[in-house]
Amino acid sequence: MTTTYVLRGVRPLGGDPADVVLAGGVIADVAAPGAASVTDRDAAGAPVDVVEIDATDHVLLPGLVDLHTHLREPGREDAETVASGTRAAAAGGFTAVHAMANTSPVADTAGVVEQVWRLGQEAGWVDVHPIGAVTVGLGGERLAELGAMADSAARVRVFSDDGKCVHDPILMRRALEYVKAFDGVVAQHAQEPRLTEGAQMNEGVVSAEIGLAGWPAVAEEAIIARDVLLAEHVGSRLHVCHLSTAGSVEIVRWAKGRGIDVTAEVTPHHLILTDDLARTYDPTYKVNPPLRTAADVEAVRAGLADGTIDIVATDHAPHTREDKDCEWGAAAFGMTGLETALAVVQDTMVDTGRMTWSDVARVLSSAPARIGRIDTGAAPQGRPLEVGEPANVVLVDPSATRTVDARAQATASGNTPFAGRELPGRVVATFLRGRATVLDGAPVAAPAGSSAGAPTRGGHR
Amino acid sequence: MKHLLSTADLSKDDALLLLDTSAQMAATQSREIKKLPTLRGRTVVNLFYEDSTRTRISFETAAKRLSADVINFSAKGSSVSKGESLKDTALTLHAMGADAVVVRHWASGAPAQLAHAGWLDAAVLNAGDGTHMHPTQALLDAFTIRRHLVGLRGGGADRDGVGSDLAGLKVAIVGDVLHSRVARANVRLLHTLGAQVTLVSPPTLLPVGVEAWPCRTSYDLDATLADWQPDAVMMLRVQRERMSGGSGAFFPSPLEYTRYFGLDGRRLALLPEHAIVLHPGPMNRGLEISAEAADSDRAVIVEQVANGVAVRMAALYLLLAHTEAAHTEGTSL
Repeated sequence: MTTTYVLRGVRPLGGDPADVVLAGGVIADVAAPGAASVTDRDAAGAPVDVVEIDATDHVLLPGLVDLHTHLREPGREDAETVASGTRAAAAGGFTAVHAMANTSPVADTAGVVEQVWRLGQEAGWVDVHPIGAVTVGLGGERLAELGAMADSAARVRVFSDDGKCVHDPILMRRALEYVKAFDGVVAQHAQEPRLTEGAQMNEGVVSAEIGLAGWPAVAEEAIIARDVLLAEHVGSRLHVCHLSTAGSVEIVRWAKGRGIDVTAEVTPHHLILTDDLARTYDPTYKVNPPLRTAADVEAVRAGLADGTIDIVATDHAPHTREDKDCEWGAAAFGMTGLETALAVVQDTMVDTGRMTWSDVARVLSSAPARIGRIDTGAAPQGRPLEVGEPANVVLVDPSATRTVDARAQATASGNTPFAGRELPGRVVATFLRGRATVLDGAPVAAPAGSSAGAPTRGGHR
Repeated sequence: MKHLLSTADLSKDDALLLLDTSAQMAATQSREIKKLPTLRGRTVVNLFYEDSTRTRISFETAAKRLSADVINFSAKGSSVSKGESLKDTALTLHAMGADAVVVRHWASGAPAQLAHAGWLDAAVLNAGDGTHMHPTQALLDAFTIRRHLVGLRGGGADRDGVGSDLAGLKVAIVGDVLHSRVARANVRLLHTLGAQVTLVSPPTLLPVGVEAWPCRTSYDLDATLADWQPDAVMMLRVQRERMSGGSGAFFPSPLEYTRYFGLDGRRLALLPEHAIVLHPGPMNRGLEISAEAADSDRAVIVEQVANGVAVRMAALYLLLAHTEAAHTEGTSL
């Protein structure tokens, strides 16, 4: 039997209270409080369960879409699996994630991206959209078979060597040109490799004092400047991953002013944390690009508020304990983020009055879905909260607070930089095409064989 | 003081206590019987992840002169080289009952992790971590400077300058500041003790962010020596690998480095009469310091080595025995 959910008194996008009905996999009704029409029969006349949820003062957002998630499978199932990572995503309010290509083997063939896509389907927590590698083995030497990945069942549209920069300018040019054939986008990890050899943290006052090798802002900015000019020259689409410096914001602002087709993301951690945390030498705070200065944090907040930065993407990067419980210089880069992203955005952007909930829906749902080209097609994401749209929604209690407990998280890894920190807001429920993946703040296992109800998509160009 | 991790953690009182205790320790080292019973029954582990024979034997000598049991745990020939984690090594040392761990590590911050991660409860002495800190080196440098420029020169009753800080003294630190834990440790300690510091280095070997340090910087050694007239000049060792690496080399050639930043007889003559020359060793004669400068009577380089033992005795004593001694009337060295 299917379930109809009636969200009573909820505030869509933080607006006026309404009753919202999720039935038959879609948003069936949006009505004045108390006025929603609910039947206990579906369109075919079969009986349905009706579950009423008192959502007074809760905010309804479209299901969140992450353009930058490391699910680690295949290869590093000891850190995360598609199942555990997507469960964490659902707990964080996501209904779709883009899985980065730096797995083992690398997602640089149709076979690997289809495997990841299939694992996502089987897990059923969120839609998993694999990102394809730009170059074979992330080697930065020759193009991977981008067309085959685009044409596969996974229908890849986002290509990235994330973790490594496509630094060879002619290779980057070719990639930007090539993906135009299937409306793809190259998501660049902007890091000039020679300027960052052995780099451990942001280069500045703190690195000078504590003696860790510096990762200068110019190493990011120089690549972004080059890439926006290349994108302009060949008339292609560029996406800048995890932009982290004030100078990067300026360059993207300039490029957009020129009409260049560039989009940019910022991570939650770059919106809130600074390089001062490196003074602890706790590798939990070791991340790439590194935590920057307070001035950079202010610049990325301003850039997100004024639209220069299009989206927030988590760069959720789970790591095993042994890869973090060691010397800073020996530790892996990265921190988890799926289960804290929305709270950090609320804390830094909403509660400070810099953005509305409608803006949150844009930067965490509609814009990333549009960049990934998953806003149309058989299982669209990032859609408006309107009758007839797929019931991909997240119910948030913005007045709740919680203290982050690494061990209580759904991710298989414990490397959250927010452990012990109090953050605002709570994901109460997440719905994927009308099915609850999270209820009362807890993940709800999918019924066996449900396969999340996602229609199978054939390859087509 | 529970640990000695960074000179940035030391108050002026802490620093003076360390230097004054070092003076007492140094005095015992001119006795016929140099060994003191102070740390009898205590275990000091030298945990060395980098080769450093001179620092290790200095700590070993210091611990043995205080009658501690010393265990040398080297990264070579132990489970470390087979990839044991710092954490497991720390847990092992804890289980063996180490009272103090003297750690030299290639990773900046490793001693701080040992001290604060909850893996062991021993006192941690930083014997040099990455490009971060080398507190006992800075202390022995300050001790040597004080002895020569406050004690002996002051002509007072106390030739070690006990009780005095370094107010008014000018110290030039010359060379590869970027990669130097010795420079970082000295800048903080000398500032705390009231001295003025000028770092002299090619621009490529000064860190971005140095502007926040409590010191001046210069690219011009001749001008610094002639115009600023430092009371002490500390030459830093230049690692050979800084000149290689092709396009990433930090300066064009050893000859050019020596031409602009090497201390030789001509530059020595620019210094005031009383000025002293320090070097943490080991020296590259002919690169950052000429034989003439290294062997001149201004050079106190060999004395630095002797003072290193006294300073490390003081550090071990203060971390391991001081609190007990404070309650035992009449305890003397």
